[in-house]
Amino acid sequence: MSTPTTTAGHAATPAWKEWLLTTDHKRIGVLYLVGSMAAFGVAGLMALIIRAEQMELGMQFVSSGTQYNGFLYFHGAAMILAFLIPGLTGFAANYFLPLMIGARDVAFPRINAFSVWLFYFAIVLALLSFVVPDAPDIMWTGYPPYSVTTSANTSMYVFTVHLLGFSSILGAVNFLVTVIYMRAPGMGWNQLNMFVWTTVAAFVLQLVFIPVLAAAVTLLLFDKYLGTHFYDPSAGGDVLLYQNLFWFYSHPAVYVIFLPAVGILYDVMATMAKNRIFNYKAAVYVGIWGTVGIAGIVWVHHLYISGMPDWIRLGHMVTTLLISVPVGILTLSLWGTLYKGAITYNTAMMYAASCLYLILLGGLTGIPLAIPSMTLHLSETSYVHAHFHFIMALFSAFALFAGIYYWFPKMTGRYADGPLATTSFWLNFIGVNVTFWPLFVIGKEGMPRRYWDYEMFKDVQVMGFYFEDFHKVATLGAFTIALGMVLQTINFIYAAFAGKPAPTNPWNSKSLEWTHTVSPPGPGNFGDTDVVVDENWSPYEYGK
Amino acid sequence: MRKLLSAMTGLAGGALLSSQAFAQEIRNPAEEWEHLWNEVILDITVIGVIMSVAAIVMLIKYRATSPDQVGTAKKLTTVQSISFALIPASIFMADDFYLAANGWTVWNAYRRVPENAMEVKVTAYQWYFEFEYPDGTVADGSLGDDDKPQAIKIPAGQPVVFRMTSEDVIHSFGLPYYRVKEDVMPGRITYIWVNPDKEQTEAVLQCAEFCGNDHSQMANPIHAVPQAEFDAWLAAKADE
Repeated sequence: MSTPTTTAGHAATPAWKEWLLTTDHKRIGVLYLVGSMAAFGVAGLMALIIRAEQMELGMQFVSSGTQYNGFLYFHGAAMILAFLIPGLTGFAANYFLPLMIGARDVAFPRINAFSVWLFYFAIVLALLSFVVPDAPDIMWTGYPPYSVTTSANTSMYVFTVHLLGFSSILGAVNFLVTVIYMRAPGMGWNQLNMFVWTTVAAFVLQLVFIPVLAAAVTLLLFDKYLGTHFYDPSAGGDVLLYQNLFWFYSHPAVYVIFLPAVGILYDVMATMAKNRIFNYKAAVYVGIWGTVGIAGIVWVHHLYISGMPDWIRLGHMVTTLLISVPVGILTLSLWGTLYKGAITYNTAMMYAASCLYLILLGGLTGIPLAIPSMTLHLSETSYVHAHFHFIMALFSAFALFAGIYYWFPKMTGRYADGPLATTSFWLNFIGVNVTFWPLFVIGKEGMPRRYWDYEMFKDVQVMGFYFEDFHKVATLGAFTIALGMVLQTINFIYAAFAGKPAPTNPWNSKSLEWTHTVSPPGPGNFGDTDVVVDENWSPYEYGK
Repeated sequence: MRKLLSAMTGLAGGALLSSQAFAQEIRNPAEEWEHLWNEVILDITVIGVIMSVAAIVMLIKYRATSPDQVGTAKKLTTVQSISFALIPASIFMADDFYLAANGWTVWNAYRRVPENAMEVKVTAYQWYFEFEYPDGTVADGSLGDDDKPQAIKIPAGQPVVFRMTSEDVIHSFGLPYYRVKEDVMPGRITYIWVNPDKEQTEAVLQCAEFCGNDHSQMANPIHAVPQAEFDAWLAAKADE
């Protein structure tokens, strides 16, 4: 096979140049991984500052409300836009989707390289917001009029969103074309890995909805710097227009994160349980595509307290509650995949098992929030904060970590499992519970989000404890996670260079990335023979 | 005291009933909220416990005993596949519609303002709320002489509706004690109403939509006091 690549094996090119100029989907995947983990590190540091500040009443660590708000902004924007989305649809999809469908690369490798560099430019731009005067302080949502009237630099936010959006749209086109046209001969739609299906669904959502976000923030830019009045009611604009446009993208964005995470979870669980996917077709066509279908008609649940007309709030209550149907089918299918399995436990499977708990807790605590009359009180409290961390942030991050441990031998030829991995898993798992359970409790009693102080709740007691006590516990949890993440990062770096060597298919998986490639796969992925599968092939057929 | 007050509220309600043939019953959204909360929590706890037990049992029971062992789950037949989609979907939908119906009932309590409600106009600024009472008296929650936010007062036993707008950015009028909040925006008027059926000095009004530097400071107590005390407070405010 003479597929031109610029990966290893072509002598005389310095390593830095190979990486910088690479168009190989695997190297681009690794670049996404490194970039998104770096964003995760910085945004995680912000989270620690936020938690430390909330630990006690009064101002301890930050010097002003605006500075605290800047940290909140960066934490939210970076975690969602620069860690979760690029980690899942950038790293995991780039590295493994072509391998899973038996393709030698993506359809447009150069565009793929352009996507990853746009992502890096966006990260640099986001980091520059720390050094410019008037760092953005507009939260990741950037609601006007505040984002227009603030002295802070809203354009940093807008241009970061533009770069990432551009990168994602190019990625979406690339991967959709790849899956449609470059599957191995013989591979039918019902033989795809669940991760491939969920990634396709995520990219369809990106392609359809990102332009709406891009439009929303561009109008914001015009309002702030060019004197237009799209969101200014004093000149005939409307403040709610932005929120509607923003959430019309940003609710589907939750599924852009959630679905690929579910896909990784499926692949890890099916491999570790050596079992078929329970009710595959229902999971794909009702679960995944039902979620995609409903994604665009539930956004008003983010605006339940925004004074929208009653009829649309009640209408979106019904559609929002109905998310439980596709997600419930996915959940049953995940559970069923364990039924009569033969489960092997390792770090990947421990993360996967904890994801079952996180999806349950995060999903069920969303049900009160689907009901507008409940949300009139719960909205903008730390209850919401805990809910979306469990379902979106923690579930997806843990699924990504499950995927990293699962695919680590493929990427490096070495295991990342070991005492350090197990220790960091338990620190992370205990840490997230200690951090976010207290926030559910005080959130229900009215603890607001995005407050660095809560002086007026000084005397409010829940179960005999003050809010401050709950915040102390939550902060303790956050530092436990930090310790776990530091150990885990050390573990990844150590294992990549000196971990226990792994065979080509250490988990005895039936999926193509394990059965048909060496670890790590070389240029062109599959050596000299193209992958061909027969009509009975399935990545989950362990019974034969 | 509480009984006395509710009796008084009842009397007031009765008086209203005699004068109007179809006067509304005055509901208490905060109480209905708690009731619905308990119901939803029960609902999700039952689902959560069933699913957790199932997961834990399977994670333990189906451990591999040898590295070569494989799962033995059979491929579902078409009828089984469809049943395992339709039956759970029907159960989820039934639960969804049940919750939606109950949620709607409570929603009506929040959105239907009693006819005898006292109307207070609220204007939000960075970073305080200003209140205009029916007699034109204006009060705000800015800092008092003791450098603490001053309490805003409303009469106990009298429904109060807040009609709200903002002069600058988006704020949110949040009353956790009364289990309600609604955004306050420039160019739009929104409302919430509360039923302070008893005296209280614990409730806090807080801004609940991010509004900048002093967002966490945009809060003040909101006390429900006897009518006489309220009248005196209002008169004092009018003199200021």
